[in-house]
Amino acid sequence: MSHQTLKRVDLIFGEYSNEKYKILATTLARTNDDILKDLLDSGLRGRGGAGFPTAMKWRFTAETPSDEKFVVCNADEGEPGTFKDREILLRVPRKVFSGMAICGKVIGAKKGYMYLRGEYKFMVPELQKELEIYHEHMRQLNHDFSIEIRMGSGAYICGEESALFESMEGGRGEPRNKPPYPTTSGFMKKPTVINNVETFVNVLMIMRLGADQYKKLGTTDSRGSKVFSVSGDTPIPGIYELELGMPLDRFVDEFGDGDTKAVQVGGASGFCVPRKKFKDTVIGFEGVPTGGSMMIFNSSRSMYNVLHNYLEFFEEESCGQCTPCRVGCQQLLKGIVAVKKGEKKAVYLDQLMKLSESMKITAKCGLGQSVANSFSSIVNNFKEEMIY
Amino acid sequence: MTDCKSLILELADKYGRERASLLPILQGVVERNNYLSDTCMTDIANELDLSAAQVYGTATFYSFLDTQPRGEYVIRVCKTITCDMHGKKTIVQTLEDMLKIKIGETTPNKKFTLLETNCLGWCHEGPAMLINDTPYSGLTTEKVHDIISEFIKK
Ligand SMILES: Cc1cc2nc3c(=O)[nH]c(=O)nc-3n(C[C@H](O)[C@H](O)[C@H](O)COP(=O)(O)O)c2cc1C
Ligand code: SF4
Ligand code: FES
Repeated sequence: MSHQTLKRVDLIFGEYSNEKYKILATTLARTNDDILKDLLDSGLRGRGGAGFPTAMKWRFTAETPSDEKFVVCNADEGEPGTFKDREILLRVPRKVFSGMAICGKVIGAKKGYMYLRGEYKFMVPELQKELEIYHEHMRQLNHDFSIEIRMGSGAYICGEESALFESMEGGRGEPRNKPPYPTTSGFMKKPTVINNVETFVNVLMIMRLGADQYKKLGTTDSRGSKVFSVSGDTPIPGIYELELGMPLDRFVDEFGDGDTKAVQVGGASGFCVPRKKFKDTVIGFEGVPTGGSMMIFNSSRSMYNVLHNYLEFFEEESCGQCTPCRVGCQQLLKGIVAVKKGEKKAVYLDQLMKLSESMKITAKCGLGQSVANSFSSIVNNFKEEMIY
Repeated sequence: MTDCKSLILELADKYGRERASLLPILQGVVERNNYLSDTCMTDIANELDLSAAQVYGTATFYSFLDTQPRGEYVIRVCKTITCDMHGKKTIVQTLEDMLKIKIGETTPNKKFTLLETNCLGWCHEGPAMLINDTPYSGLTTEKVHDIISEFIKK
């Protein structure tokens, strides 16, 4: 079988410029309007999953008057099947710090935090060393923006932005009601920009290449490249930087083991795409979005087991604050077990589907709201496997 | 194990006595003493001028902030889907056989605690586990034997 290989991109992991922190220095000398215009033109959307336009987020925060503002880098990376932020932080930490410092300049913040998941604590010594170099350069540039690392402690929900702020403030990682959004009330209730690790790197790359050059990558709705975390039934698991907007069948051609039955795009909170839909599915904001997680399943896998594993994950990681999610996750899990055991009739699945749909509307945060994504896409496409 | 009161003073001097200092202090105690005892949490509350309930509420929210005694080495095996597909059950079995404990238990000599956890971010190299802060991936029965044998000698 011959097939065209997907174009590899070398933007995020590409080499540093010769001079340390050179692009940061030149960018700090530009005007905020100039920087924001480039960001807007580039079409950059957040890489943490939700895909909010980065330029807008920064502008809203810049426009909110306050004595103090913050920049937060979300390095909580808890979505099952995602491991790209770890790789970015190990390989190109300077690009991340630079992106944060540019953000600090644009919004008028002097302090940045990186919230790193507890599971990545082994990286702290290395990151601290890099931060020393960074702070030394900032002193030379005579620019006031310091960065501090804060650790998580094994709670997936703390990746949700408002839960992350609660955690940094010393509380339980329970999401807040929105609005207000972080742009007006984030860490310490101050205007805050929170972005994913990869988003900050993209900012720096846009500053380096210019918006026009950057825009050549990807599609109209999904500009730029994306770092994908590929795992599951694949002969070549790992981290790949690819253009956004690729059709899923080409991805499977290249990364599958020839027997791919389904791909879970976007982790446990994402969508399951069955083989018959590979051809019509585009990976990007215009199709199925992903924070980078691509889990491949071949025909030897039970999709019931996959769903069971995801529901266990959600049941454990739900913060328990709101009833639709706390009880909903438990009931969905119990429900599919009962159907599988024959204790409930197959039509019970329809009721469970309704439950997951109502969670989408009534749950307080993205965790509870997105359980329906994997639940309905797996149950709808693999109903027999749920029953027999 | 370090005396709780002096450890808390040391950590509070380092991280401050604000509410926002709570998590780093709790993490610091767990790093040194493996878990947070009730007295320790009360001491932290006094030092930061918080209620014991606030400290307890925060601590119990986080799966890595253990409030029960743990062994010197806490092993956390990933049980999320890719690791599960790639033989996590065998890895757990091997660990249980070697340490003669079940998931959730601590060896009588207080050296090892065996736990399961969710995705560790090493899915491309699963099965994976953490021993305290150190990740181990690409696990096989033999590899686990080698790793644990080394720890037993320590
Ligand atoms: C349950 C849950 C977990 C999340 N975990 C992460 C995470 O680990 N990393 C991340 O960047 N965003 C995560 N997010 C999204 C953040 O809330 C936020 O949208 C993101 O950090 C914004 O950054 P971006 O605009 O650069 O994508 C999570 C959201 C939810 C609802
Ligand atoms: S949806 Fe779930 S995780 Fe989010 S606030 Fe409600 S209980 Fe907590
Ligand atoms: S599934 Fe085990 S490390 Fe991600």
